[in-house]
Amino acid sequence: MTPDIIAAERVIGRGRILTIISLLLLAGIYLMVFQYTPPEQMQGLAFKILYVHAPSAWAAEGAFVMVGLVGLMYFWLKEQRLDIFAEASAEVGMVFGTVILTTGPIWGRTIWGAYWAWDPRLTFTLLLYLIFAGYFALRSAIRDPSERARFSAVLGVMGMLLVPFIHLTVFLFNSQHPEPVLMAPRKSPLPWVLLRPLLASFAVFTLLYVGFVTTRYGIGLRRAAQEGADA
Amino acid sequence: MKTFRAALAIAAKDLRIEWRTRTALLTSTVFAALVFLIFVFSRDTGGVSLATLAPSVLWVTLALAVVVALNRAFLLERENSALDGILLAPVSRSAVFWGKWLANLGFVLMIEGIAFPLWILFFGVGLRPALITVLLLAILAAVGFTAVGTVFSAMTVRTRFAELLLPVLLLPFMIPPLFFASQGTVRLFEGRPVTEILSWLKLLALYDVSFLAVATLLFPKVMDE
Repeated sequence: MTPDIIAAERVIGRGRILTIISLLLLAGIYLMVFQYTPPEQMQGLAFKILYVHAPSAWAAEGAFVMVGLVGLMYFWLKEQRLDIFAEASAEVGMVFGTVILTTGPIWGRTIWGAYWAWDPRLTFTLLLYLIFAGYFALRSAIRDPSERARFSAVLGVMGMLLVPFIHLTVFLFNSQHPEPVLMAPRKSPLPWVLLRPLLASFAVFTLLYVGFVTTRYGIGLRRAAQEGADA
Repeated sequence: MKTFRAALAIAAKDLRIEWRTRTALLTSTVFAALVFLIFVFSRDTGGVSLATLAPSVLWVTLALAVVVALNRAFLLERENSALDGILLAPVSRSAVFWGKWLANLGFVLMIEGIAFPLWILFFGVGLRPALITVLLLAILAAVGFTAVGTVFSAMTVRTRFAELLLPVLLLPFMIPPLFFASQGTVRLFEGRPVTEILSWLKLLALYDVSFLAVATLLFPKVMDE
């Protein structure tokens, strides 16, 4: 066990603790949503999926933004650890992206009558998801770690520039997604009893993101340390 | 000025190599013609007229032809490690990017130049004034496609699955310009005036400028050893 591997194990341990705490808090959110929150007036029980769907979108988009920002930082600092972090964040982003792309259609089937209706926000997520699928395909096709880091950073930064264009595209294409309930203060705000669990859920998903990424980052560090020790 | 001249020299070299054999040009054009045929034969002959299909077919075909064409952009340089020679030359990496990009753009425009008349012929588009604006859309789209594609093909050529990876990386980036261009085309075909599609032209131009700028900055990072 080299010191690097021991340090990596410590990061993984910290990540696991954070993940366990946030999963317990997530169980608390479920309890709050199903036990202490009344059904919404128009959508009834279907509304409750929002408490998982919207915070996942927040976590996934935050994760992908991190990949771009860390990519920019990589060009500056040339630090291998930044690439390991970007990979961790991208992978966790894919997990939350999967949650969005499954909960969205389940809700859509009940409220719109169709699983997939080319709704802009879901389409946007799907496109981001596919770009990051390409990100992992690219990574898996390169053996040299420094080349892999550079190419991934290039793709991450280009992806960040693409985001506003995709946004424009999907919105000009079609829109029937319900308006955001949080960032639109003037449009009838959600009553506090429905809003409270949502805000709590955003906090829990942020913590869940940190827990997942820390664990995954530690695993990446350990892998890099083992490869370094083998070489 | 020196950068500009170096870029022109690299572009001229690439286009000259291409012109001597014409293999890639010929193959890409035949490919485009085949995609047209696939659309013609896979459509519902009773329900969908060729004219309705025409704008979509043009953009799908051009997108696929661009991917096929860009795959070869750096393959030439891989033989005999020709790229190392270019990188050793006392010119900036940005000049290499501009040279490669110009060559790719020239190549894609040549393919468009052949595919366009074929499309007019096969899909009964007929000669109309709107075609000039459609051509302008095609040129603007090609600028953006090749800017992103030049960076990506420089990356994928160094990997194990270049032919498969390039489309997977490039196609998501082609969706916004494709959408802008096809929306413009559809409007023109409905007989709307050019002033109504100005916003689509502007969006395409914005995409081109943004990605040319960022590609110029990032390409040297790809080439670093």
